[in-house]
Amino acid sequence: MNPKEFITEKVKEKFGPALEEVSDFRDDLCLTIKSDRIVLLGNFLKTDPDLQFLMCKDVTAIDWSTRKKRFTIVYHVHSFKLNFTLRIKANIELDPPSIETVTSVWRSAEWYERETWDMYGIKFINHPDLRRMYMPEGFEHHPLRKDFPVIGIPGSLPLPHKAE
Amino acid sequence: MGLESKLTQDGFITTTIDAVVSWARKSSVWPMPMGISCCAIEMIAAADPKYDIARFGSEVMRFTPRQCDLMIVAGTVTYKMAQVVRRIYDQMPDPKWVIAMGACTSSGGMYRSYSVVQGIDQFLPVDVYTAGCPPRPENLLNALMTIQEKIGKTKSRDFKNRSLKELELSQN
Repeated sequence: MNPKEFITEKVKEKFGPALEEVSDFRDDLCLTIKSDRIVLLGNFLKTDPDLQFLMCKDVTAIDWSTRKKRFTIVYHVHSFKLNFTLRIKANIELDPPSIETVTSVWRSAEWYERETWDMYGIKFINHPDLRRMYMPEGFEHHPLRKDFPVIGIPGSLPLPHKAE
Repeated sequence: MGLESKLTQDGFITTTIDAVVSWARKSSVWPMPMGISCCAIEMIAAADPKYDIARFGSEVMRFTPRQCDLMIVAGTVTYKMAQVVRRIYDQMPDPKWVIAMGACTSSGGMYRSYSVVQGIDQFLPVDVYTAGCPPRPENLLNALMTIQEKIGKTKSRDFKNRSLKELELSQN
């Protein structure tokens, strides 16, 4: 059995209908999970002796702008045992958008989630240190949202005053 | 005959204090290399033997603002970095000059973006803008010569003691 089928079967067996979608795009396996199960899935993927997805390589988000479930959180995790990178997606529609943090599973997700919070304004519940990553403290907008103008919002970022 | 010819024989020249002081100033402009991105590489190239910024008396790149006369802002200035650039500029002793090196510092350049200041003249008094992305070292040297020309024209009264209030550092 190839690793894709193996992983899919394992997760299906464990999570049943909470696994919303399985896709295989350009040789990348992607599992879409219900957003409230993300930590359970993470724990399972990491601790299952046959899977051992020990490394979280990336956490980011997609802003679909007009969809009802506006944001999708995307995780990339890697298993050294299977030599396999898996993509996990979770659609969220809550307002304000929020999802449970996976830092309890993969510590490396901490800064990725901070970045995602900074850029998309998605709250990661129980995150140990959810501060802004790139934008200055006190900035009120989230630049990678589709409704944010590329040139920025005038006056939203302070400049030092010109003395002479 | 006149006083001048008499003095010249003895190795004297007559001039003004302003001319001497501005000549001294312009002949050893010490740059503060504010190298924030790729322009910094060209700035470093300007200091190497091929272009040799030492020909203009500016080889003493000091990494402390307290010993500098000229800030070369070489690179993309983000809103976050703007606070730092201004604070370093404030620490330079008067009189001081600024070169905006390259497209990013002059106008934001190709970064027409929310995070990049669209021209450092929004918070710094810029003396010379340099075109290019990045400008070649010759271009930077040309900017330096323009600054020297500008310094050469200064009079000591241009730098008379300013009131304490004017000298106060900007509150960031």
